[in-house]
This record gives sequence, structure tokens and C-alpha cells, in this order.
Amino acid sequence: MRRILTILPIVAFAALAGGLALGLGTQPDRLPSALIDQPVPVFGLPPLGAKPGLAQTDLGGRVILVNFFASWCAPCRLEQPALAQLAASGRVPVYGIDYKDKPEDALRWLTSLGDPYGRIGIDRDGRVAIDWGVYGVPETYLIDRAGRVRYRYAGPVTAQILTDEILPRIAALERS
Amino acid sequence: MIGEVGHFALVLALVVAVVQAGLPLAGATRGNAAWMAVARPAALLQFGCVALAFAALMHAYVTSDFSLRNVVENSHSAKPLLYKITGLWSNHEGSMLLWVLMLTGFGAAVALFGENLPMALKARVLAVQAMIGVGFLGFILFTSNPFARAFPVPPDGQGLNPILQDPGLAFHPPMLYLGYVGFSMAFSFAVAALLEGRVDAAWARWVRPWTLVAWCALTLGIALGSWWAYYELGWGGWWAWDPVENASFMPWLAGTALLHSAIVAEKRDALKSWTILLALVTFALSLIGTFLVRSGVLSSVHAFAVDPTRGAYILGLLVVVIGGSLTLYAVRAPALNPTGQFAPISRESGLVLNNLLLSTAALTVFLGTLYPLFLDAVGGGKVSVGAPYYNATFVPLMVPLVAVMGVGPLLSWKRADLAGVLLRLRLAAGLAVAVAVGTLWGHVGGGGFAVLGLALAAWLLGATVTELVERLGLRRGGVGGGILARARHLPRSAWGMTLAHAGLAVSIAGISVSAGGQVEHIAAMHPGDQAEVAGYVWRFDGTEPVTGPNYTADRAHFTVSRNGRFVAEQMPELRRYPLQGMTVADVAIHTNGLADLYVVLGDKRGTSPEAAPDAAQATSDWVVRIYYNPLVPWIWFGAGIMAFGGIVSLTDRRLRIGAPVRRRHPAGAAEAAGA
Repeated sequence: MRRILTILPIVAFAALAGGLALGLGTQPDRLPSALIDQPVPVFGLPPLGAKPGLAQTDLGGRVILVNFFASWCAPCRLEQPALAQLAASGRVPVYGIDYKDKPEDALRWLTSLGDPYGRIGIDRDGRVAIDWGVYGVPETYLIDRAGRVRYRYAGPVTAQILTDEILPRIAALERS
Repeated sequence: MIGEVGHFALVLALVVAVVQAGLPLAGATRGNAAWMAVARPAALLQFGCVALAFAALMHAYVTSDFSLRNVVENSHSAKPLLYKITGLWSNHEGSMLLWVLMLTGFGAAVALFGENLPMALKARVLAVQAMIGVGFLGFILFTSNPFARAFPVPPDGQGLNPILQDPGLAFHPPMLYLGYVGFSMAFSFAVAALLEGRVDAAWARWVRPWTLVAWCALTLGIALGSWWAYYELGWGGWWAWDPVENASFMPWLAGTALLHSAIVAEKRDALKSWTILLALVTFALSLIGTFLVRSGVLSSVHAFAVDPTRGAYILGLLVVVIGGSLTLYAVRAPALNPTGQFAPISRESGLVLNNLLLSTAALTVFLGTLYPLFLDAVGGGKVSVGAPYYNATFVPLMVPLVAVMGVGPLLSWKRADLAGVLLRLRLAAGLAVAVAVGTLWGHVGGGGFAVLGLALAAWLLGATVTELVERLGLRRGGVGGGILARARHLPRSAWGMTLAHAGLAVSIAGISVSAGGQVEHIAAMHPGDQAEVAGYVWRFDGTEPVTGPNYTADRAHFTVSRNGRFVAEQMPELRRYPLQGMTVADVAIHTNGLADLYVVLGDKRGTSPEAAPDAAQATSDWVVRIYYNPLVPWIWFGAGIMAFGGIVSLTDRRLRIGAPVRRRHPAGAAEAAGA
């Protein structure tokens, strides 16, 4: 009886270690979006600079990537090369929403880094971002042909994320 | 150059640790005194090497040597010197180096001060300590080397996260680590005892001071951390049941249980197997805490090194250290026969109840912390476990714990008279009822939680004072000159217990009243506006721009008055750190020892913090949060008393001199030589 009791701790720990090993594979930052498979929220945003603005009526008809960014956001710099590459390939339109930013700062930022966006809406007070369920920039969404949100990625879209996550999903959405 | 010296010293420390982990252990098994004697110089040398590496990294931080990647990522030449120093341990690599510095420091302390230890036990303890050292030194060298070079050398660093630039946080990690790592000593002693197959009163006596040191440091570390969260994060609270807070709280609960069960093992030669298990589990919880923080399996504000490679390494380390020790326990523990017998009502039973409640509490926190992780791992979705769970599970366990805490110290060993003890506690019970009635009558606020908490605090304080008074013999007519002499001759450990229990009573009062009685007021205020919260009136006088060493800020002026009389001027700030692009609120707190007046300056309404509002708009609305936090300073005041009690207990004569240890010494040495 006593022997069984002294074996219990190691059995309990083995179960724990197994759980932790499983947990290592999951990523806590991949929070699911509440908007998945829902239509894009109704919005209309004024343009930034010479580019046209962005409204929900601009989304749909084909697969579109929408990226929330801001000039004050350091990780946003990291994803500009990948977004520029995607935009240059012409695979899907890349639209931007400038989050809680001053227009002049955003323009200066885009001038220095290059501007991948076909349309840019400026969301000065962050209301539209709230409707989208954005909890930090950068965040990237894929909108399908029916104008529904199909995928959300939180964090900078690096070249690897683009190849591993975004492009396969674009392909899948285009097939469906 | 100095960076390479540091790196080399770390490699050398790893080599020494490997030797120290092997040779003395083999020597203890084979009775080879020369091999066992290696442990002492090896432990000192290992500590020396790690200290050299630590000094090299410190040098790089103080002189802003941006050829080291770690310094580039976490420091900046324009940072105040204090934060250059604390920048060292505010990041993953540096904090792991601090961890190992303390680990080897404890080993060196045993090597230096363990003169009374039997040679074989000392060799085994130091060998086990070195095994942990091998694991962590390898972790640093293979996955998180703080001496990695940056090329090309950047002109300046990226700076330290502004919310970490704070004097409270400067000392929070070292204290916390001293606690976590201190429990490694209890762990090493437990493993050594299992290897020897012998646990006796002397063993328990050697374990206790190390556990006490770790417990004091952890108490202070947790208190500093929650204090920092309270005044720096600006959300008005001080404890959020965040996974990382829980990671430090679980070893504290288990360590507290260990402190108490070690008393039974020492005085009564009972609960030996359980004490060993607690020593293993307490350090295991410290390691799991490290894993949770470092691997990024749980998302948290503290998780600054989210890296699956490191997580996998630490998990491997966990499996070896905890799995290995628990396997050893499963094999060897049945041989540890209990000798001390005791009746159901006795001091021993009181301490067993204490252990049961504390362990259950630790398990409760453990389940709450890991449940989201497990559910996610088996595909059950994302959930978060928050305060409602802990209020429903943890708090009900604390109520009987505190109730028993009042009674326990008055029970005698072996067999006690519960009815008699309860009769002796009638004054404490009366005090508790009086406080409960008074709280209800006086409308202190906070509802049932505050009433219950205050009554429990009064009960505990009353019972603790009763016990002290009885010990000093005041009741038996010993009033007069004899008291001081008796007070002086009372064992320091008795004073330590009294202080620690009284400190907990103070903390409980602070926790229950502040949790129940907090008043929150959020408003958009123009200069000239007033807000009334809990009888105090805040007048918003306006804001002014100020410039700090590495930030710019808006500073608001509030004049606080009560019944028309001036109370305080409060100046919360909203600071912008251009380097990190972060905006941080600097809270203004005014305290009178009984309550805190807590003001946070938020965003200017309609604009964002990032859009850097200019001075011309100074007349617009500001979002202001005002909190009235009753009795909240008592939480940390009580924690300070508890830690002080631990330190007083640490100076106890029997721990300093260890008279019975000498008696055992020849026997231990003879056994070691003959084994």
C-alpha cells in the first residue's frame, strides 16, 4: 500500500510532462477571431494621401488581404518586405487600414519603406479596428469572394509566414 | 575581450559542475574520502567561475558595450545607471545567468558553512546541486548565451521596456530567484537523504535554514512583484492570478508547507517521507514556474522569451530533474519508517492539517494555471481561468487554514487538550466577534468578504498574541522585571513564528478589506473639473509637459481635499518613450497607511496616445481613473513582517550552533568512512 502511494507522484508528473510537451506545440498567440466565416463588419474609411479609401463594399468578388498597420508600430516594419512582395506578385489585392495614426506620419513612413497597399483607409480613433476584433497591430485578414472574414493572423507577416500560412490559404480560398 | 572571458568562465563552470556532479557522488557510494573532498573546492570554483561571468556581463552593461547582442537588445547609453544594471536580469539570458549565480552561490555556502555535515551527506548534497548546475549552465550555453556578439556593432542599444524601468522591479527578480533557487538546497538535501536511505532529526535541522532563507526571499520577491504591479501597471489592483504570478505563488505555498512539516520531522521524527516529497515538489514547482515563464506555453505579460527550442530544453530538464527525483522517491521512500507516534489531537496533527490545506491550495492554483494549457493541447479550445475560479476554490481553503493557525501553536506535542486550548483562546474569539460586529456596524464597506477577512485576521492576531503571552508567563503572575529576561531567552524561532503569523494576520486584513472595499471612478475630466470618490474630492488643475531622461510626459495636477480640507497634491503622468514607441502611465499614489488614493492619467479623449498630442490642445478632456483602495498598504506591510519573522527565526541558536549536530558528527563520519 505504501509503495503505491510513493509511486503516485512520479505517475502524476509523467502525465504532467506529457501535457507540457503537447502544450509546447500549441501557440497561445494564435487566438481565433470571433469573425471567422462572418461577413466583414460595415465600415467606410477616408483615404490616406492619393490612394482611394476603404469600405466594406470594396471587399468581396475575389480573395483580398487586409492588413492593419501603424507608423508607430515597430513589428509593422518587419512585414513590409513580405507584403510588398505579395502586392508586386499581383496574386491578391493588398489593402491597408492605418490604425490610430497621424496621416502625415503614416505617409512619411510609407514613403520611406515603400507602399504595398492598393487601398488605404485611415482609422484614426480605432473604431473600425474594434469592430474587426483587432487587439494589436499588425494584424492580417483574408477576405473571401463572398466578403466574409476567413482567416486572421496576429503579428508580423514575415516571408516565412507568407509562404507557410498566407499563400496556401489564399490558394485554398481561391479554389473553394 | 571581457565578453570572451565571461563566456569562457561559463564553459569552465560547466566542466567543474560535471566533475562535482560525478566524483563526490561516486566517492560517497564507495567510501572514498578523497573523492568526496573534491566537492568543496569544486563548489567554490564553480561559484567563482559563474561570478566572473556575471561580472563580465555586468561590466558590459555598465559600460554599454554594444558589441554584445544581449546588451544591444536590452540597454541604451542614455539609460540611468540603475536601469543599466537591472537591464542585466530584465531579459531572458541575463536572468538565467543570475539564476545560475544564485544556484552556485547556495552550493558554495553549503561548502563553506557545512562544517558540521557528515562528509558523505555533504558530498551527495553538493553533487546533486552540481547536477542542477550542469542542466542550467548547459541551458545558458546551448540555447541562451548572453555573450553572443553583435555584428556589425550598432551605435546604440534598443533600450529596456519602459514598464521595467522601475526601482521596485530592480529588486523583484533577484529576490524571487533567491527564493526559487533557494529551494534547490532543500531538493538537494532530500535527494541526498533518499540516496543515503536515512532521514533523521539532524537532517531536518540542516534543511530548515536553507528553506527559511528561500522562503523569506520568495515572500519578499512576491510582495515586491505585486507592489510593482500595483503602482506601475496602473490598473488599481495588485494581484491578477496571472500564470506567472501563480508560478511564484505555488512554490511559496509548497515551501510554507515544507517549513512546517520539517518542524515535525525535526522535533518528532515523523512525517519524514512526506517532508522529503514536499522538498522535491517545492523545487519542482519552482522549475515548472521557470518553464511556464520561459517556454511561452502560456501567454502572459511576463513571457519575454517565447522560444520553443528553449521550452523543449527546459522540459527535458524538468523530466530529468523532477522525473529522476520522483522515481528515486518511489524506490526509496517506502524504506523510511515513521517512528514518532501522535494522537489525532496534537501539535503534529495541527501541522498535518496545515500541510493538507496548503498542499491542496497549491494544487488548486496549479490546476487553474495549467487547465487552459491542457485543454488547448487536447484540442478543447482557448479558455482563460481568472479570479472567479480562485475566489471560489482558493479562498475557502484559506478560511480553515487561518482558523487552525490560531489553535495550532497552543497545542502540545503528542497529545493535546483541544477543549482547554479553545478555552484559552476565548479572548481571541471574542476579539474576532467584536471586529466582525464593529465592521458591520461601522459600515467599513466591502460586504461579507471584508467582515469575514477582518474577523479571521483578528482571530489570528489574538491567538498569536495569546500564545506569546502564555509563553512569556504573563498569565501566571510573572508581571515585572522577569518578562524582559524571559522575552530575551525565548527561542528566536518562537519569536519568528509569532512575527510571521502576526504578519499574515496583517496581510489578510489588507487583502480582504482592499478586495471588498475598493472604489473605482472613471471620468473624462477638463481642467477645473472635480470628482468625488469615497468622501475625497479631486480637483483637476491641468496638465503640463515635462521631459525626463529618456521620455517626455504630460503631468497632471490634482488637488485632493476632504470636507474642504487639503489632503494632498497628486501628479500622475502619461509618459511616452520615443525609443520603444511606448506610452506608459505613471500612477500617483498618496497613502496614509490605512488607505491609498490612487490616480491614473489616461489618454486624451478623441486622440490616441501614439498620435502625440501637442501643447496647443491642452484644454481637452483627459480620461482619469481614480481609485480609493482601503487598507491596501497592509498587504505588503504584513508580507514584510512575515519575511522579518523568517529572518529572526533564521538567527535561532540551534540553527547557528547546531549543538546536537556535533554529537552526530562522529557517527556520520565513521559511517561514511566505513561505508
